This record gives sequence, C-alpha cells and structure tokens, in this order.
Amino acid sequence: MSHASTAVQERPTPPGGHGAPKSALTSRSLPRLAPVGFAAVAIALSVGISTAAGWHSKVQWGMIAALLFLAISYVATTVVENKRQAKDRLATSVVWVCFLIAIIPLVSLLWTTISRGAERLDGYFLTHSMAGVLGSEASGGVYHALIGTLEQVGIATVISAPLGLLTAVYLVEYGKGSLAKAVTFFVDVMTGIPSIVAGLFILSIMLIFEIQPSGLMGALALTILMIPVVVRSTEEMLKLVPNELREASLALGIPKWRTILKVVLPTAIGGITTGVMLAIARIAGETAPIILLVFGSQLINTNPFSGAQSSLPFYIYEQYKVGEAASYDRAWAAALVLIAFVMILNLVARGIARWKAPKTGR
Amino acid sequence: MAKRIDISGLTAYYGSHKAIEDISMTVEPRSVTAFIGPSGCGKSTFLRTLNRMHEVTPGGRVEGKVLLDDENLYASNVDPVTVRRTVGMVFQRPNPFPTMSIFDNVAAGLRLNGSYRKSELNDVVEKSLRGANLWNEVKDRLNKPGSGLSGGQQQRLCIARAIAVEPQVLLMDEPCSALDPISTLAIEDLIGELKERFTIVIVTHNMQQAARVSDRTAFFNLAAVGKPGRLIEIDETERIFSNPSVQATEDYISGRFG
Repeated sequence: MSHASTAVQERPTPPGGHGAPKSALTSRSLPRLAPVGFAAVAIALSVGISTAAGWHSKVQWGMIAALLFLAISYVATTVVENKRQAKDRLATSVVWVCFLIAIIPLVSLLWTTISRGAERLDGYFLTHSMAGVLGSEASGGVYHALIGTLEQVGIATVISAPLGLLTAVYLVEYGKGSLAKAVTFFVDVMTGIPSIVAGLFILSIMLIFEIQPSGLMGALALTILMIPVVVRSTEEMLKLVPNELREASLALGIPKWRTILKVVLPTAIGGITTGVMLAIARIAGETAPIILLVFGSQLINTNPFSGAQSSLPFYIYEQYKVGEAASYDRAWAAALVLIAFVMILNLVARGIARWKAPKTGR
Repeated sequence: MAKRIDISGLTAYYGSHKAIEDISMTVEPRSVTAFIGPSGCGKSTFLRTLNRMHEVTPGGRVEGKVLLDDENLYASNVDPVTVRRTVGMVFQRPNPFPTMSIFDNVAAGLRLNGSYRKSELNDVVEKSLRGANLWNEVKDRLNKPGSGLSGGQQQRLCIARAIAVEPQVLLMDEPCSALDPISTLAIEDLIGELKERFTIVIVTHNMQQAARVSDRTAFFNLAAVGKPGRLIEIDETERIFSNPSVQATEDYISGRFG
C-alpha cells in the first residue's frame, strides 16, 4: 500500500518539462483509506441488493457484503494499480474479513452477558445465597456458588500446579528414554479426557470407599483435568529457555538442581504463570464433575471437606432449569461473575508475566 | 593457583559417533594455549572435555585421562560440579542470565554455590568486574539487567562471572567470534592480563588472534570427512606460525589447505 493520502495520483513529472521520460519507480496508487471506501460501498450495495430481493436474514447481508468487499477491492486495485498489488490487497482483505467473522461471536457473547447480567449484579447478589429463596422471587444471590468455585478451584490449583510443574521439569530436564516417552504420551491422552469421565472416575472411588459428596471430591476431578494442561504449557515454556543458560550455569560449578531452580525456572516463570492461569480458567467453567461429586446446594457451606457445595457453572445451570424470569436474570448475572473471575485471573497472569519477564532495559 | 593440565589418550564420543580420538598434550600453567583448526575438527569438543561439560550433551562420553596437577578429572569418585568450579568456561555467544542484574550475574557463581560471606560479595563483584575491564563502564548501573549491555560488554560480563568463582583454569570457546574488532581487542588485552593468574585455553578460528594472544598453539584436523578429529601438533606459537614441523599445519596456516 502506498502512503499517498489523496485520490488516485498522477505520476509525478520529473523536472525537465513535458515529454521527459517518466520515473520507472513510481506508479499510480490507491489512497491509503481506499479499503474503508470499498467496505462502505460493499455494505451499501449489499443492503440495496438484499432489500430489493426481499431477504431478511442479517447473516445473508453480511456474507454478501464480505464477498462484495473482496471483489471490489480486487477489481479496483487491478484497474488502478496492478495485478501484484491486487493480490496483495485481496490477501489483506481476506485476513480482515476472517478477523471480523471471528470477533463477531466473541463481542456478541460479551455484550449479551454484560447487558443481561448487569441487571442483577450488585453487592446484594454477591453477598447472599439462595437459602429460602423461591425460583420465581427476584432476590437471592450467588455467594454460596462463588465460595464453592473459589475453594474447589483453589484446592485443585494447589494440588495440580506443583505436580504439573515438577512433571514438566522431569520431562524437560531429566527425562530420557521410555519412561519420559510414556509420561508424555499419557499426558497427551489426559488432555483429551472429557470432564464427565474424570467425574465418574472420582465417583467410582467415592462409591467404593463410601465417601459423601463434598467440594474436595469435585476439586480432585478438576485436578485430573488441570494437571495435563499445566504439564503441557510448562513443558513448552521450559523448552524455550536457551540451553546456553543451563551450560553457563553448570560451567560455573552450580549443581543441576540449583541451575533449574535459580536459572531455568526464573527465566520461564512468566510463561509458566500464564499457563497455570489458563488451566485455572479452563477448570473454572466445568459443570459435570460438580453435578456428580459436589451435589449442589442452595446454602452457604464454607467447608470444602464435608457437605454439598455449589459452584458458579452449576448455579447457572440450576437457575436456567428453574425457568422463571427472575432465575434467568440470576443465571446471566452469575455468568457475568464467572467471566469476570476468569478475566481478572488473566489480567493477574499478564501482570505477573510482565513483571517477571527477562528484562531488556538498559 | 594456576594449574597444569596433562591430557593423555583422550577420546570423546557423541553416542556412537567418535568426535575426537587419542589426544595427548600438556597445557602449561600461567600461559595461553590456543586451539586452531578447521570447523568440525573437535576443538570445542576437546575443550569441553577439560571441565566435564562434554557429558552434559546427551550421549556425550569420554575415554582417557585429564590430569589437573596429578588429579584425574575422570576418576570415578570425582564430582563434575567441583571440577567445573576449578575449571571455568566462557562460551562463544555471550550468555548473561536474563533474569539477573549485572551485579547478580557476577555474584551468581558464589551465591548459587552457597559458599560466600555476604560482606565479601561486594568486594568479589568489584574485583571480578575490574578484572574483566568492565568496572568503569557498569559501576553506576550494577542493578540494571545484564542483557542491556552491548555484545562486547556482555562477553566481558561473562568473563567476570567466570573469574568471580576463582577458578584455576579458564576455558574460552571462540570468545570473540560474535564481537567487533574493538571489543575483540578489549578481550584480547584482558586475556593477556588474566594469564598472570590463570591457565587459559582458547579456541579460535582467527589465526591472527591465536598468534597475538597465545604462548603455545595446538593444531587439530580431521584425517578425512567422517573420521574423528586428531591433534596434529602442538608447539610454541612462534614455531607453529613460522616453521611448523608438519606439512598440514603449514598448509592450513598459509591458506593452502585442502
């Protein structure tokens, strides 16, 4: 693309007056904002065509606009500039269209959740449980579910972050031969375990040993889901640490375990933290193990080791099932709380990653 | 405190591949010994066998003896970690620890070995940075990250880090190959000063550099493609560059190689 900001330009005439040969290095080019114009024309045309034909589907309108946009930018660039520029423009336009298509569901989801969830989300909602609240009543809150999610996810993280981290250290720094290959294989298999299967596994243990449902049991199922994610992401981060740093440290006469602890892990800590936070985000939204193992409850139970608890995803499912207008509102508000929880975690992870990242300043 | 190294019948492998074969030589204390030879002839591999860094590479193993003042580095009860504290190493590419400041980089060897007194640490860091001719350039920004320095400064930082643990021998694997002529000159001057205190072994592709800095020069070569590297000859640097006893050395040095 050229940096010219005016409309289609004349080739600059070199000094020497008329008839002098034109420069070989300059050529006609479209203005920088041309794609915006193409998009506007494409949308206008698509609206025109669709109304004329009497189509009502907005999806259809959008698709016609996208195709028109691609066609217009290709043809216009071919005419004004040349074939090579046109191909370049076409590729750029395709990237833009794909980006917009990908972003639409995301923005729509966020918008719906925020606009519908904000109606009920307030201090009262966050600090009260559903104890004694009928499904149709417009009161009650999410406190018991929030406590449940925090405790269950917290316990799962406390168990699986160290386990996953150590497994990854073994795989990258020590693992050789068939044992390491077997561990890698089973970690890959575990990454694909459906959450209901992890739940059933813990349920079978509960039935054998006659254990009652509790937050801890749910946390154990979440641990099974979380460990492989932590192992995978940590492993990738440790592999990114240059071997030169390990050798530099070993050559100073520093033992291998201290090299790993003081050189390798600090260099990768930013990425490892991000990986753990993404794993937490994944398990925070799991519903199936909670239904099976934590049982669900309307009451506040701050003890994760005994008695039924609730959790945010379970609460959303439960409120949706009630089917009253008031319960739909509560479900949306809880969904907003869950999204906010995951987003805050992500922001914290980014903060830690930036704070701990290898410094390059002078 | 500098020590003599006697190598006899040393052969090194990468898995089943024999990289160097049957090398014997003596490295004199308080002197600079340069290794020259074509790429892939095993100079770096040989250098890494002198502080047991070769076995860090997966599949790396060594046969033969390396005597450091009569102590065999490859004896069965020798701890490689202790060997590496005695025989330090500087690598081809500067590799300061990215998470640490300039001060922490130099102090890393002492701190992570756990064998230091806090009061000593400042003195050791200053002495090492002065020893590496870097003190005046960094004394006002010791707590800034080491990766913010220029390439030549980073390499001198790595040398300061290596000499901070007071090794007996300093191995340098092409320490100037990533640096410009000015930084190279700074490092070469430094090598001249360091040889008063340490035994220095340097691998270099730059024959002028070998001629400038070293007292003795060893020439390595491959017998043929795919064969292990061998030591062709080792002698006083002056003799190697003026009147070598083996024809292959003269061919390599005068550029008539191959």
